[in-house]
Amino acid sequence: MYDSPKSDSTVKHAIKIAANKVQVFYGDTHAIKDVDVQIEDKTVTAFIGPSGCGKSTFLRTLNRMNDTIDICRVEGEILLDGENIYDKRVDPVQLRAKVGMVFQKPNPFPKSIYDNIAYGPRIHGLAKTKADLDEIVEKSLRRGAIWNEVKDRLHSPGTGLSGGQQQRLCIARAVATEPEVLLMDEPCSALDPIATGQVEELIDELRESYSVVIVTHSMQQAARVSQKTAFFHLGNLVEFGETSQIFTNPKDPRTESYITGRIG
Amino acid sequence: MPALWIFIAVLVLAVLGFVLGRQRALAMVDGDSRHLHSLPNYYGFHVGIWALMPALLVLAVWLIVQPMLIDTSVKSMIPDTSYTTAGELSLVMSDVRRVADGLDLAVERGALTADEAMSLDAGATDVRALLGGVGVAIGSDVQPAVLEAAQAYRASTATGNMVRTVIVLLLALGGLGWALSRTAPDFRARNSVEKATLGLLIAAASIAILTTLGIVLSLIFNTIEFFKLYPASEFFFGTTWAPSFGGGSELGILPLFWGTFYISIIALAVAVPIGLFAAVYLSEYAGPKIRAVAKPMLEVLAGIPTIVYGLFALVTVGPMLVNVFGNEGALGLGWMSGGTAVMTAGLVMGIMLIPFVSSLSDDIINAVPQAMRDGSLGLGATKSETVKQVVLPAALPGIVGAVLLAASRAIGETMIVVMGAGAAARLSLNPFEAMTTVTAKIVSQLTGDADFASPEALVAFALGMTLFVITLGLNIFALYIVRKYREQYE
Ligand SMILES: Nc1ncnc2c1ncn2[C@@H]1O[C@H](COP(=O)(O)OP(=O)(O)OP(=O)(O)O)[C@@H](O)[C@H]1O
Ligand SMILES: [Mg+2]
Repeated sequence: MYDSPKSDSTVKHAIKIAANKVQVFYGDTHAIKDVDVQIEDKTVTAFIGPSGCGKSTFLRTLNRMNDTIDICRVEGEILLDGENIYDKRVDPVQLRAKVGMVFQKPNPFPKSIYDNIAYGPRIHGLAKTKADLDEIVEKSLRRGAIWNEVKDRLHSPGTGLSGGQQQRLCIARAVATEPEVLLMDEPCSALDPIATGQVEELIDELRESYSVVIVTHSMQQAARVSQKTAFFHLGNLVEFGETSQIFTNPKDPRTESYITGRIG
Repeated sequence: MPALWIFIAVLVLAVLGFVLGRQRALAMVDGDSRHLHSLPNYYGFHVGIWALMPALLVLAVWLIVQPMLIDTSVKSMIPDTSYTTAGELSLVMSDVRRVADGLDLAVERGALTADEAMSLDAGATDVRALLGGVGVAIGSDVQPAVLEAAQAYRASTATGNMVRTVIVLLLALGGLGWALSRTAPDFRARNSVEKATLGLLIAAASIAILTTLGIVLSLIFNTIEFFKLYPASEFFFGTTWAPSFGGGSELGILPLFWGTFYISIIALAVAVPIGLFAAVYLSEYAGPKIRAVAKPMLEVLAGIPTIVYGLFALVTVGPMLVNVFGNEGALGLGWMSGGTAVMTAGLVMGIMLIPFVSSLSDDIINAVPQAMRDGSLGLGATKSETVKQVVLPAALPGIVGAVLLAASRAIGETMIVVMGAGAAARLSLNPFEAMTTVTAKIVSQLTGDADFASPEALVAFALGMTLFVITLGLNIFALYIVRKYREQYE
């Protein structure tokens, strides 16, 4: 029923991020309950689950984007390379440079396409010369599968692109800073099948060097691109395991009903 | 019946109409409002509006037109021999009105009977003394022609008022009756009330626009009059401002213009950075608690009348600056000889504009979508990098608009200038010297016993017109920029 996942479960990867007993509250709302997850290096992990179950919320805890929401409170620990990112000594700014993010809604800056991509590299001093920067921009736009569409108008505003193009621009922008972990919140929800295919290729390519976490509502996509899958339901992590196992032989009845389309 | 009473009577009729209309509609469906097209109240409003609107409209028009008609007809009664110019005629006419009012008062007080008032004879009675007795002072003895005219004036006013009362009340009753007769279960009262609401809104909008036009027109005629008496080239390019009411004045706008410009620049140099930084702090950094306290506090500044700022300039800022930059000042520079100076007015005006800039910019910064900030923070930017490189550039057009609006307020400001900058029209670069602005000179040209036909008084209108055009231009430019900015996120 699904494409067979490109699973290389025989290779054991180091654990990049480990979440232990994570709770997230929005004011009095308990959005994430007691979640334990291990995200491996050089692996694509998919988060699936019905709308409102807390996928985005959990994803945002991984690079402390929840800090920007006043009422949001996180408990438990999240270890990145063994260090708790919620520790006082950790600078969220540096953390976010290592753990990049593509948001659910495309949010290009009201700047030119070039400046959108160059934003991160400039802030982090990744390019020494203008030529370096040009190269980073081109490479990132190619990886974001949008280079051919924008190469002739790099200096027109990024907000003038179509929704799907904007989303790929945001992916390219996130890739440009060379993060170690890339969090993608429904990156393909506004894309056509061709662009989706290109983004999936990109994800596959990124896996060679980084770890990628992707939230998706498409079971096929999760099955195609991920090696690990986590199923969330009502703020709980119901099941987490090899993608092939989750899709062929789920242990929890809720997972089974969700992937076969009975809850959602 | 006086107009106020008519108004009250019409209001009462309208309320009555509301009650009747509602009852009638309900009675027609035996009290079951589900069979009505609209809710019962709409039937009431429909009848009320018909009782109110036509009657009030006619009343308003009548109040404007009747005096004009009577004036023209009375004017023709005044013999040509008693005046030579239009100005004299209007003096005579105002005498006529005073005498007529005096007679009214005399009748009211019982000094005369109504019949006596109509049959008074200027030869036989000393009308001036008679009116003086009831407290109406007349400048000279009342001419027979004037008395006659006044009597005619009274007579036509009395008839006019009578007819007015009857017509307006009849209209109110007629409207009420007509609307009541149209009331039926399937009558679309709701739609007709909707139309009346629309009419009301349109009327309000047109009044606002017409007033602006009226202001411009009233300025234009006097401005044209001025340019007939004084060459435009000397007005716009003259570098001396030296009005003298005896004649031979030099009325060059440039020194005033320079003063306005200089003071506004200083004011903006104070207000824009402070206001902008305050706005950035409040919208990006301050927690909700600080924001809840600090924002209203800042806005209190905006509620202070400018005359109070003027006092502040006069008694505090001016002397303080003299203490530093004056002859015996702390720095021993001797740049400043008195408390009133461009700097004093500019600083205080800047303080006045801070809340203006900060609250406008705050709104604009808040309108930048959170997703924009998230995008930047998510790439590992710090808060200040985000503000500097994403939020402010995104908000920039709006902020420019806010600054331009602040500039047009600075240009139009008067009180602070009068009290802080002095009255000397000067073209100088020293910000510690007294200078003055266009607005302050408008005030000084029109106050006092100015002859309204002289260029020295009329120049005020030309100044006002110039200022109006400049601020209008600035505002339009600001609105254009603000609008362009709005499109970005829609
Ligand atoms: N800023 C916020 N303030 C308050 N509650 C929030 C906020 N963001 C999310 N929530 C709540 O947290 C819960 C999880 O939301 P979240 O956005 O993580 O869902 P999701 O799984 O990403 O859904 P979707 O698939 O629709 O994106 C929801 O009940 C939501 O109402
Ligand atoms: Mg989501």
